[in-house]
Amino acid sequence: MSISYKNFPRAVAVAVLAMSVTMSVAQADDDRDERYGEEHSEGGSGKYGGENRGNPLQPAQINAKFQQECSTCHIAYAPGLLPAESWRKIMAGLGKHFGSDASLTGQENKEIAAFLVNNASNRWSASTAPLRITESVWFKRKHDGHEISPAVWKNPQVKSPANCTACHPQADRGNFNEHGIRMPR
Amino acid sequence: MSYLYYASGLALITLAGLAAQPAFAETPNEILASIQKEAAGTPGFQGFSAARGEGFFKAKHGNELSCSSCHTENPAALGKHAKTGKVIQPIAPPANAERFSDAGKVAKWFKRNCNDVLERACTPQEKGDVLAYLLTVKK
Repeated sequence: MSISYKNFPRAVAVAVLAMSVTMSVAQADDDRDERYGEEHSEGGSGKYGGENRGNPLQPAQINAKFQQECSTCHIAYAPGLLPAESWRKIMAGLGKHFGSDASLTGQENKEIAAFLVNNASNRWSASTAPLRITESVWFKRKHDGHEISPAVWKNPQVKSPANCTACHPQADRGNFNEHGIRMPR
Repeated sequence: MSYLYYASGLALITLAGLAAQPAFAETPNEILASIQKEAAGTPGFQGFSAARGEGFFKAKHGNELSCSSCHTENPAALGKHAKTGKVIQPIAPPANAERFSDAGKVAKWFKRNCNDVLERACTPQEKGDVLAYLLTVKK
């Protein structure tokens, strides 16, 4: 079968048109917020009222102590999910860590706190410092009713919004990429 | 003459291998012995009891949680965090060679978990009883 090049220019034009349409649809990824975040921000300046997770969410090299000490009861939450002040507060109150005693030795606390603070969100301009990732504006927007059906939260496999890996299988590696999401049935 | 170099190198490596410390700093029995030393200071101490330890492990102590709330009624089985659901490796040394092999780790977790379950530190008697019990749990 030989290819006819008679309609080649037209084929190219159609291909370019198709690609640009596809690209604009692909860019519409990360939803309404990319376009409207600035205009409809909560009160503080910028996207999500200044409460935005960092990019990247965590450095390429994760502190080993942090990984070891902070993943026995839950995943080691990526430091970029919260601002530095939130991490300081968490690390100062480990004896009463959301109802559990999670205390560390002085040395361990110092090392882990430094890692968290130094790698906290680089896009958090608000002066707020919530203790819970799930209380931040970016989290609430990304997981609101437009995005996620309320039924999902009732699924016993999910159990709690703090259980990231229920839908984000790579959350323990700091990877929350939209394309990797698997909603439990 | 070069064979002498090889031979001595091999000897050195062999010796280093033999002298290498095992991965775990202590054994459960060594840890039990050091808890016993602590407990011996308490007046009226009469040794540890696995039966007492089992009762202590499974009981609630005034709050919602018992040790078995996370470690289950069978310490040789996988446990599950009562709040987060995270899987916990078996706590009984016969089922998990890593358990009670690091005195620092043992101290850390007794401190935390006794605070959660009992709202106080566990006494050496209680710690010893529990460890004595865990050592008897069949895989």
